[in-house]
Amino acid sequence: MTDNATWERFTPAQRLARFAVYLGAVSLFVVSLKTVEIIPEFLYDAPTQLHDLFSRMWPVDFAAYNSEGIHKALVETLNIASLGTILAIFMAIPVGLMAAKNITKIPALNWFGTLILVSSRTVNSLVWAILFVAIFGPGALAGTIAIAFRSIGFCGKLMAEALEEVNEGPIEALKAAGAPWPSILIKGYWPQVAPAFWGISLFRWDINVRESSVIGLVGAGGIGVALDTSLNLFRWQQVSLILLCIFTVVIVAEVFVTKIRQKII
Amino acid sequence: MSHAISKNHNGNGASPRSLFVENLEKAYTKGNLILKGLTFEVHGETTVGIIGPSGTGKSTLLRCINRLIEPTSGKIIVAGQDITSLSGTRLRLARRHIGMVFQEFNLVERLSVIENVLCGRLGYLPSWRAWLRKFPQEDINQAFKLIDQVGLGEFATQRADSLSGGQRQRVGIARAMMQNPDVIMADEPTSSLDPKTSVEIMELLKQVSATQHIPVLINIHDVNLAQRFCDRIIGMSQGHIVFDGPPSELSPEHLKQIYGGEDWLA
Amino acid sequence: MTTRTETRTPFKPNWAARLGWLGVLAYCVYAGMSLDFTWSRFIDGLANGAKFLGEMIPPNFERWRLLISNLVETVEIAVIASAFGIAASLPIGLCGARNLMPEWMTWPSRTFIAICRSFHPVIFAILFVKAVGFGPLAGILTLIFLTIGFIGKLFCEAIEEISLKPVEAIKAAGAPFMSVLVFGVLPQVFNRFIGFATYQFDANLRNSTMVGIVGAGGIGGTLFAAFQRFDYDFLAAILIAIIALIMVSEYISLKIKAIFND
Repeated sequence: MTDNATWERFTPAQRLARFAVYLGAVSLFVVSLKTVEIIPEFLYDAPTQLHDLFSRMWPVDFAAYNSEGIHKALVETLNIASLGTILAIFMAIPVGLMAAKNITKIPALNWFGTLILVSSRTVNSLVWAILFVAIFGPGALAGTIAIAFRSIGFCGKLMAEALEEVNEGPIEALKAAGAPWPSILIKGYWPQVAPAFWGISLFRWDINVRESSVIGLVGAGGIGVALDTSLNLFRWQQVSLILLCIFTVVIVAEVFVTKIRQKII
Repeated sequence: MSHAISKNHNGNGASPRSLFVENLEKAYTKGNLILKGLTFEVHGETTVGIIGPSGTGKSTLLRCINRLIEPTSGKIIVAGQDITSLSGTRLRLARRHIGMVFQEFNLVERLSVIENVLCGRLGYLPSWRAWLRKFPQEDINQAFKLIDQVGLGEFATQRADSLSGGQRQRVGIARAMMQNPDVIMADEPTSSLDPKTSVEIMELLKQVSATQHIPVLINIHDVNLAQRFCDRIIGMSQGHIVFDGPPSELSPEHLKQIYGGEDWLA
Repeated sequence: MTTRTETRTPFKPNWAARLGWLGVLAYCVYAGMSLDFTWSRFIDGLANGAKFLGEMIPPNFERWRLLISNLVETVEIAVIASAFGIAASLPIGLCGARNLMPEWMTWPSRTFIAICRSFHPVIFAILFVKAVGFGPLAGILTLIFLTIGFIGKLFCEAIEEISLKPVEAIKAAGAPFMSVLVFGVLPQVFNRFIGFATYQFDANLRNSTMVGIVGAGGIGGTLFAAFQRFDYDFLAAILIAIIALIMVSEYISLKIKAIFND
């Protein structure tokens, strides 16, 4: 008598683990639904409210573009984004080098670099903006530094990953020729990661344009300040103008970035 | 020109272009010796082919000589200087006198041919000058001369990744020559190349040995190529040297001892 | 061959790159001036910063009940929004795939996704707060749209990259459209979809700490309030709690990915 051959995709332990995860996810969902404080009437009322809101936001008040300094605020937003990104890149390079395991071979330094990168990313730009407004006072200075600090984590992490994926062959060759360590970085690592570096910088600049447009809500300069004012004064048509401007700037920035990426890669 | 002729480093009477390896041992894991006490010496203008099956430690041997891999024990003397006793900057400075050619060429792909060749001089240049690309004019002249010598004159300013495999290996050889080394080591330089190009590269390596009057060690697994181009063959098997002599003395029995098995000999 | 060394230059000066660097430098100076950076402001700021840090340490966990309940609300917002958002982005992403669907279906779908992506979540949060009032509902709705924007786009691109051969085969066998989707398309993209979903849940957790700043529920509101009341030591406590929450969730995500990536 022969046993039927059986095949199992997962071992019992794996099945149990997977099941536990599913169970956990579903219970988390159900518990959340039950305990979150939502007033159902508000939910049902939402479509009417939204409709009311949109009707107040139309037609768009284009006149306010010049009269209320929106143009100046948009330019300020772009400057915050650009300067913030440039600052971030300078600060991210050493941290990225420190966190890359094939460049810095001291685990304590690796860990420290990763810690900096993780902290920068965990706190989001609005919170950084709040902190820096408390330190430097309201205005674009706080905003720029907030954007910079937030971007260090993003740029640094991706750069560290690019450095770790480098082809070690040319590095070995330069080492065998007796080149000093900084020269190996310049001639061996940099040429290999340069395209990734530019791509990451452009990508982050694109995201920062979006971020810069809202940090003004907490006083850190840019068009968010104008948005905050219009919201507080219930000038809905100005709000829609500002939203339209933000939308346009973001789209233009994305097109710009896509064009440049095609050229360098 | 101070870098045209390499100096005798210790003045102890050893001939300037020589390599002594004494009782070299290497174990990657404790108790598991890959290289089991190798001893040989090489002098002056000669091409040495190192043959043996994969895994027998040929690559490890070459990399122990310039200490890219740390030997477990043993002594290595290149041009009168004891490599095994050096560390830190002094080791780096000593490496400048050992040229290396790699199986995968190991060029910096996005840089031009001339820039890759000039990388051979990085050991002699302060880093800030390397960053600004301010190489001394003599180095630039020398680089162009070497590029012409290996037959790539018209490709000098092209990107390295636009060249074929054989052309890239020539750049690698030019780069090694740029160091004005006392010895050149080539780790399977022809393994990534087609048969015709392999022959060209072996010819070039032999020519380099003749014109620079230095020993050239070549790891190679094509025994025919080795016999054709090398003055001396060192055969390794299981971490020992089992043959050391001219190609004419290499008999089928020796090859059987090195590689084991007869079928491939036919 | 004559040595043409004198006339051969190894490095052609890259004028475009040099101009580029000069341009960047000039821009930095211009931007710095227009943003009103002065050294005195900066130095004052550093002094302020030191004072600020002094007030933040030691962090004050007295109001930990408030902290925990807000943190819980933050997690709830993230969970619910992720669930609904992920569920919604599956069909919306599918509808946007140009290799499967006709134009009249892909065009509105892709536009919808683009709009969801163009605005910062805070803007959505503000609008929803105006529409449905303060509280977690606004936050949930915000994050749902954010999720659809992110996963919808990536999912759409993933579908457009699949090989159409299995789809062709199943169609040829006479299967109805839904079966073609389930057996031909989904198996190819499911792994990536799971990847996007876990990433977005993580992101939603981070984002939900922020939407509270404009009143959409969660710990962001407590954070902003502490800031405005100059309760800097409570602010420090909140920040620590947020960082701890995110690190715990990253750790759990890692474990879950390990379980599913056998």
